[in-house]
Amino acid sequence: MAVVETRNLTKVFKEGELGAVNNVNLETREGEFLVFLGPSGSGKTTLLRMIAGLETPTAGEILIGGKVVNDMTPRERRIAMVFQSYALYPHLTVYKNIAFPLKAQKVPKELHKQKVEWAASLLGIASLLQRKPRELSGGERQRVALARAIVREPSVFLLDEPLSNLDAKLRLSAREELERFHKRIGTTTIYVTHDQVEAMAMGDRIVVLNQGSVRQFGTPKEVYDDPADTFVATFLGSPPMNLVENGEVIVGFRPEHFRLAEEVTDASKVPFRFRVENAEYLGAEYILSGLLIGGRVDGKKVIARLLLGQSYEVGTTYDFAVPERHLKFFDRTTEKRVDARALAWQ
Amino acid sequence: MAVAGAGTKIKSIGAATSPGLGAAMFAPAVTYIGLLIAGPFMLAIFYAFSDARIGSTGLHYVGLENFRSILQSPSFRMALKNSFVFTICTQIIVIVCSTTLSIALEKKFRGRGFVRFLILLPWVAPISLGAIGWKWILDSIYSVITWVLVWLHIFKPYDTPMWLGQPHLAMASVVLVHCWRLIPFSTVIMLAGRTAIPKEIPEAAAIDGAGFWRTLFQITIPMMTPIISVAVLFGTIFTFTDMTVVYILTAGGPFDSTQTLPSFAFATGIQGSDLAAGAAISVFMVPVLVLIAYFMLRVAHRAEVT
Repeated sequence: MAVVETRNLTKVFKEGELGAVNNVNLETREGEFLVFLGPSGSGKTTLLRMIAGLETPTAGEILIGGKVVNDMTPRERRIAMVFQSYALYPHLTVYKNIAFPLKAQKVPKELHKQKVEWAASLLGIASLLQRKPRELSGGERQRVALARAIVREPSVFLLDEPLSNLDAKLRLSAREELERFHKRIGTTTIYVTHDQVEAMAMGDRIVVLNQGSVRQFGTPKEVYDDPADTFVATFLGSPPMNLVENGEVIVGFRPEHFRLAEEVTDASKVPFRFRVENAEYLGAEYILSGLLIGGRVDGKKVIARLLLGQSYEVGTTYDFAVPERHLKFFDRTTEKRVDARALAWQ
Repeated sequence: MAVAGAGTKIKSIGAATSPGLGAAMFAPAVTYIGLLIAGPFMLAIFYAFSDARIGSTGLHYVGLENFRSILQSPSFRMALKNSFVFTICTQIIVIVCSTTLSIALEKKFRGRGFVRFLILLPWVAPISLGAIGWKWILDSIYSVITWVLVWLHIFKPYDTPMWLGQPHLAMASVVLVHCWRLIPFSTVIMLAGRTAIPKEIPEAAAIDGAGFWRTLFQITIPMMTPIISVAVLFGTIFTFTDMTVVYILTAGGPFDSTQTLPSFAFATGIQGSDLAAGAAISVFMVPVLVLIAYFMLRVAHRAEVT
């Protein structure tokens, strides 16, 4: 087990262009499940590939277990990686796929069978060992890829969007399985995803990336409750945080904190008139989108997320409110988080 | 008729409006294959069982007489053996070289496009021109290779190898010229095959700790088996049926040492006027080629990867 650290890590693909990864400083904790979260093109995969040794950094250092590994090949870094496509060897059976890293790293032959069986039973694929990858379902392939990764007991696990090829139902169970699996083996894991739900559910901590830079690094709760800027605020959460401009600041509040005024019991709250333009019934909740009416934020589009109870008419204006403690403030020019302040709303 | 999709709809409208359209579209291919392939092939089989000779109008059925006589001829046996030696040696060299080249050309480097163009050149140049060029390069008096070897003091000026005049050297020369000719073609097939291997696979191998050779022999080449089979299949058929290189370089000599089945068939049937015997020699190649094709397609099918 080991700690992964990056220092001012930068990757520029084409000279003169903006880097795919810019000055990234990170440090994992021992046995941590760290998630790189960002939209496509945010540099999260490039960052992971640099840690794996598949991409050479333009500048900066990568440390694994306290040692600079920049000049080491992937094999010397003792890492394991699961690819988005799983990258199973199509011409080899599951057994040979899992045994391949052992062979490549010259583990004594008599240990192969035992180790492969250990990895296979850990992932519940012991019955599939003689099949070829093409005879497996998506979920089974993922398990084979994981088994191939753990069989040599790596110091760090890198996972590149391993769930994105699975259908929605399977994804949920595979996610739980991955979490359980991580708890069991306790290896430091870096997980790349563009799915904020996955990131929130699985990560001990989340690194939010956009355009090659770290926007925020914190626990799921910190990232969700205290977003560092408007990008993080809108990237996490579905529907995203409402942002309304008011004077020099942008004020943000989560759709779930935007509720009927009478239901908000907080003493200090900001009232809004809210005209419902569209109502989506999602079974357990309503998603209402509409406009704020009157005051300094007249005509701003916002979304409310409400538990079932009252029904809402499209076209009707209601009295809504947000508890003041749930308001987040961002600078209008830098879009960075600023301290809470009193604002005139009317 | 129920219409399943847009494709079906277009097809059914086309067929309905002009019933002859399908046949018309089909006709050129049928005509081409019929006139230039099936016709001569049937004619060859027909001649092989007759006593057809150039300049003679008479034609009689002689059964297996032609086959019996060619099987007894030492020249034929020599040509048969040479055909196999020629084909197998060429294919081994071609596959090794083209696999190596395809690996080298996959990596990005300055001037890769130009190198690819140069390598493809022997394939686009007419074979007869190339072979004549080689005939000069391997000439007994003016050979540039000999000249270089003498200059390097490897051979004495008046004791140089006769590239096309000594049996083993002649065979080696013919094989090498044919390799020169086929490597580009094979390389292009291999390059296409390699691009079909997802980039993650060699990366996964690198992460799993495999070095260059292990990745090559345990991952890349096995995954390329179907495409290598296709290259070998085509290469084998091209080599086995080719007579241009042999004919231009050595005309089968010295002492039939480079005679292959196609050149022997030409020499016997056209130059020797014994059309029937020439046809019989050609027909002899058919079962061999059918067998090769069958086995290669089976290998390709079995090794198919998803």
